Amino acid sequence: MARVVVDVMPKPEILDPQGKAVHGALPRLGFDGVVDVRQGKRFELEIDGEATEEKLAEVHKIAETLLSNPVIEDYAIHVEGSSGAGKHSA
Amino acid sequence: MKIGVVTFPGSLDDVDARRAVRLGGNEAVALWHGDHDLSGVDAVVLPGGFSYGDYLRCGAISRFSPVMGEVIEAAGKGMPVLGICNGFQILCESHLLPGALIRNDHRKFVCRDQLLRIENNRTPWTSSYADNAEITVVLKNGEGSYVADDETLDRLEGEGRVVARYLGGNPNGSLRDIAGVTNEAGNVVGLMPHPEHAVEDLCGPGTDGLGFFTGLVERTFA
Repeated sequence: MARVVVDVMPKPEILDPQGKAVHGALPRLGFDGVVDVRQGKRFELEIDGEATEEKLAEVHKIAETLLSNPVIEDYAIHVEGSSGAGKHSA
Repeated sequence: MKIGVVTFPGSLDDVDARRAVRLGGNEAVALWHGDHDLSGVDAVVLPGGFSYGDYLRCGAISRFSPVMGEVIEAAGKGMPVLGICNGFQILCESHLLPGALIRNDHRKFVCRDQLLRIENNRTPWTSSYADNAEITVVLKNGEGSYVADDETLDRLEGEGRVVARYLGGNPNGSLRDIAGVTNEAGNVVGLMPHPEHAVEDLCGPGTDGLGFFTGLVERTFA
């Protein structure tokens, strides 16, 4: 089993009202010095077997097709090793 | 005309949309998200609501429902399709329309009577309106801010594909005050405000919305 993580973020030029709301709350809570907040989504996909190139290609397809909307969002994929393989990035 | 109205789990305005279709002089056919055929309808309305709970992104799950496979195929062959509110979001997620709808810039749900200008009356859904007609219908959305890159927006404007524009103030942050757009062929229309809630004098802001549901009939008998 391997865990593949897909991070989805709103594109930099797309307004992120949720991130803005979080950012606005921070000074009220006494946390100063945060210049900006962007809010995204993290998906953890448990993959059967090793995260081979073939399987990662499929995860890219999943990310493009369903997990993100390429019109407004970017995504990044990395693998979290579960059998002592450590972290990989793809 | 037989106009199908799709009900997804979480649709809210399917009953009102069917009523508007009937008041417009058409036969309303209830379609279900799990249907694998369109029951021989001549056109389809995707109604407003929160299909699949708006999980993931508004319209993102609905886009892959069995009935949408049929709708996308039929739209490609020229069948008139109207997506209202959540239906507009589904059409964007389906790539039948360009752009996307994101959370309102002011972060609040907005519910009010909204003035619009119909800037394209050449679609099957807007053909009963006069050129640049100004109408008031209901607007109610939390994620109604229309966005697309500048190139896409310029193309939409240049090709006359902005179907409706907000007047009297932008209610949700939509770029260039865009309230509705159409595809290249002009048969698919997405609209954020709700004409189906403005079809009777008894409730709502009047009957300005009825035109969206009478155009197809007029075309049939033209």
